[in-house]
Amino acid sequence: MNTAKPASGTDVRGDVHTPATPLVYLASEPYYHATGDELDVFEAAAKSCLPVMLKGPTGCGKTRFVEHMAWRLKRPLVTVACHDDLTTADLVGRYLIVGDETVWMDGPLTAAVRAGAICYLDEIVEARKDTTVVIHPLTDSRRALPVEKRGEYIEAPPDFMLVISYNPGYQSVLKEMKPSTRQRFVALDFDYPEADTEARIVAHEGGVDDTTAQKLVKLGGLTRKLKGAGLDEGAGTRLLVHAAQLIARGMTPAIACTAAIARPLADETDTRDALDDLIAAVF
Amino acid sequence: MSERKLFAHELEARLDELLLLSLRQRSAAEPAALLEALPRELQERVLHWAGVAAQTSDDLGWLIASLAATQAAGLGAQLDDWVRAGLDAYDRSGLAATRKALNEFTEASKASALRSQDSVAFGAIEGRLSRFLHALDGRALRLVSGPKAWTDTETLWLPERLDAAADAAGNRRLYKAMAALLWAQTRFGSFNVDPEPELEQWPDRERALAWFAVFEAMRLEACIAVELPGLALEIAGLRGPWPAELAAAAAKLAEPDATVADSLACMAALREIGVSPAPTLPHIGALDPVAARRVRAARITRELAIVRRALNVIAAADTKAGAAENSDYPPLAAEGEMQVPDPQADLLALPPAAREAAKSLMQDLGEIPPEALHPAGPGAWQPVDGINESGAVSVTTQPDAFYDEWDYRRASWRHDWCHLYEMEARAGDPEWVDEVRTRHAHLIRSIRRRFEALRGEDKPLKRQFDGEEIDLDAQVEARADRKSGSEPSPRLFIHRRRIERSLAVMFMVDMSGSTKGWVNDAERESLVLLCEAIEALGDSYAIYGFSGWTRTHCDIYPVKRFSDRYDTATRSRIAGIEAKDYTRMGVAVRHLSGLLMRQNTRHKLLVTLSDGRPDDFSDEYRGRYGIEDTRHALLEAREKGIRSYCVTIDRHGADYLPQLYGPAHYSVIDDAKKLPQKIAEIYRKLTG
Ligand SMILES: Nc1ncnc2c1ncn2[C@@H]1O[C@H](COP(=O)(O)OP(=O)(O)OP(=O)(O)O)[C@@H](O)[C@H]1O
Ligand SMILES: [Mg+2]
Repeated sequence: MNTAKPASGTDVRGDVHTPATPLVYLASEPYYHATGDELDVFEAAAKSCLPVMLKGPTGCGKTRFVEHMAWRLKRPLVTVACHDDLTTADLVGRYLIVGDETVWMDGPLTAAVRAGAICYLDEIVEARKDTTVVIHPLTDSRRALPVEKRGEYIEAPPDFMLVISYNPGYQSVLKEMKPSTRQRFVALDFDYPEADTEARIVAHEGGVDDTTAQKLVKLGGLTRKLKGAGLDEGAGTRLLVHAAQLIARGMTPAIACTAAIARPLADETDTRDALDDLIAAVF
Repeated sequence: MSERKLFAHELEARLDELLLLSLRQRSAAEPAALLEALPRELQERVLHWAGVAAQTSDDLGWLIASLAATQAAGLGAQLDDWVRAGLDAYDRSGLAATRKALNEFTEASKASALRSQDSVAFGAIEGRLSRFLHALDGRALRLVSGPKAWTDTETLWLPERLDAAADAAGNRRLYKAMAALLWAQTRFGSFNVDPEPELEQWPDRERALAWFAVFEAMRLEACIAVELPGLALEIAGLRGPWPAELAAAAAKLAEPDATVADSLACMAALREIGVSPAPTLPHIGALDPVAARRVRAARITRELAIVRRALNVIAAADTKAGAAENSDYPPLAAEGEMQVPDPQADLLALPPAAREAAKSLMQDLGEIPPEALHPAGPGAWQPVDGINESGAVSVTTQPDAFYDEWDYRRASWRHDWCHLYEMEARAGDPEWVDEVRTRHAHLIRSIRRRFEALRGEDKPLKRQFDGEEIDLDAQVEARADRKSGSEPSPRLFIHRRRIERSLAVMFMVDMSGSTKGWVNDAERESLVLLCEAIEALGDSYAIYGFSGWTRTHCDIYPVKRFSDRYDTATRSRIAGIEAKDYTRMGVAVRHLSGLLMRQNTRHKLLVTLSDGRPDDFSDEYRGRYGIEDTRHALLEAREKGIRSYCVTIDRHGADYLPQLYGPAHYSVIDDAKKLPQKIAEIYRKLTG
């Protein structure tokens, strides 16, 4: 579905080296089922050059939504999965030595700014605090990326857009996002879709019939009630889709749900057994 | 112990010495001869307990020694429990009762030894079942064991043990089916119609109730089948086909719109043709409509009041509201909207607690009665202004501090409203802590290991000015920089050092009266485990208890100040934490976050251990006022940079927690016994 076209490695100075381009051009429409007014809000934010923050539990469609919007707005997409070792250089870029020459290589953020792409920083809270500050000038009226190493100050074209995601669920206090970062974004709250919608998503993505999809969604709903009472978080749409995919490959619902839903959710015996009981009850 | 057994004469001598038998002209020869056959370890246990008992009374010591001589071999590992049961009986009712209790214990233990391997005990399935039921729709049910299976619509009793099925798996299924049908009674309205008119027609009430239970089981099974077909199939498998003469009734009751009235109609029809005893099916529990309807009626009254009150609050709509609501904290009520709610209004507009009440009413009544939807006249929601202080403890000394309290109705402060006293924390028995540490030695060891891993997460810090290793990436970059003419960074090393956690934690422990008993024990045990674990981490932490009695008597008990070490004195103060009065929470949050702010750490965390919502002696602090004040206090703390987390043992009242702490910042533990195990894990996740 996605075709990665090599982005042009040219630059005014002609010394930009862009080996594996992170830019993704989405050729066909990624399936996304809207659950509220998120399409409109996102589009309006994009046109107003405002950065967007997606909040929500895991597996509820945030990544898929961004892919869909990138396709809809016809902009390339750069995705960065943040982790606690991510440095500023990893985002902005660094000099490499090739032979006896030094070559500059754009990081994904810089590449996205130059190309007027959507840059999606997934799970931003995981990144080191000193790394997150590089996005600040991009998220206010300056809309620029200073590349200190090169003494370059790149002004973002109107098409450039920054999107971050963040799961406000069970989280370490040491990883809370600072208000000064939060308040730069237009925020969209994601949650598990309504049962009917979710069933349609599961049926479409998992390739199962409507009845099976509805049962999976029912099961998902039951597990979500165990949040705080045995589970940190209930099953997201993603897990339901996984179970559906196993079922579509001919596994029995019980085996598929145990493997794709119950086991990933819980280790503790009582909770695991209760999940098995729920699976048996629904199917 | 691999030592040799004691011979009879040695045993006799030791018993003599322990029990001072020579003075009482008794001979230990007989018990000693019997004890000779036992392994040394058991011999020593018997001698130990005889000595312990003799300290209470010589007669008791003799009784234990002589009965143990005949019964110890059969009791084996249960000897300790056997003696404890006896000592307990002695404390309560004397020597004769002790003999009886000991003999009964032996009988019971023989009986349980005979019991088949296939039986399943309630305790073994409780956790699994309670989670299962929790996930199903409907109001929360408490699960306990009792002599028979039945429900009063709020508590669900299941037998202590089941062995009707052929194997353990079958017995577990039987438990599940039983619980599911009882859940269905409350979910699908078995008590929504008064069955008395029909029951009175029956000469034999027992038989009538048995039939009622069977017909309801037919109906409920069909209700279950709609949403949980797998469960219904399992139940059907357990019971086998219905007898032919009941097939028609079963079909009728399986129709989608059948209600409990149809079950009663089936009973009436049965009465016409003559009554036989009802079939007994192992998965069908008993029905006690009188008890259940009493509980239901009380609940309806309570919940109607909640819904009505919530609607009044909404109608009263103080429009000034909505002031700078933090988006993480959903507003308590949709204020400012909805003037006169139209009948059967969209219940989603209600605050969560009232919404739960409304949902529960829908289960009990099928609808929300229209009268509930009309705001009652003035006076229906009139929290008492000012406090009734009759009975409050009189205070003679000067308070240590005064705190403002937030009055949401006025949307302003009540100045210097709460009088705070820092009391001296009572020292308890330090041996209790040792006992807990021994009992949980294994758990503590594993927690410490996991915590140490957290601490010792020896992350390599890249790009440091100096360090143990060369940072290759940085070197390459620096060289490239130098070549390209820009100034290379001097940060070229990797430093492997423990990351400074820089975290201070304040544990705020609920010492209100409602924590008496299990909850208090669980709180204290959890604190012991936490201390052991946090010591391994090196975070700085403090423990304060709070309780009080009206606004003029808010007490704070320093159990461990930040500067205190985890030493014997601290330990005995933990042991000394006891249940006292009420839970005026806002002032405690304010005081303790003030103390926390003095800590010079980057991160600050306030963890509350509690068993329920804010509450005080007067009505005033109960309900919304207390919740709003506490919420305000938590927001103040947050503004100062303190994160709050709440661990609560309270599965019914937990609806207010998201409003207080935000959806992600609390855990509900439904069973006090699990608190100690859970708490360390929570702490680790929270700060990892
Ligand atoms: N609204 C939706 N429309 C279409 N598919 C969806 C939707 N919501 C969830 N899905 C399905 O769920 C899967 C998981 O969604 P996605 O990867 O976007 O989750 P996420 O919110 O990014 O999770 P995480 O926070 O773990 O990264 C998708 O692959 C897709 O199959
Ligand atoms: Mg994602």
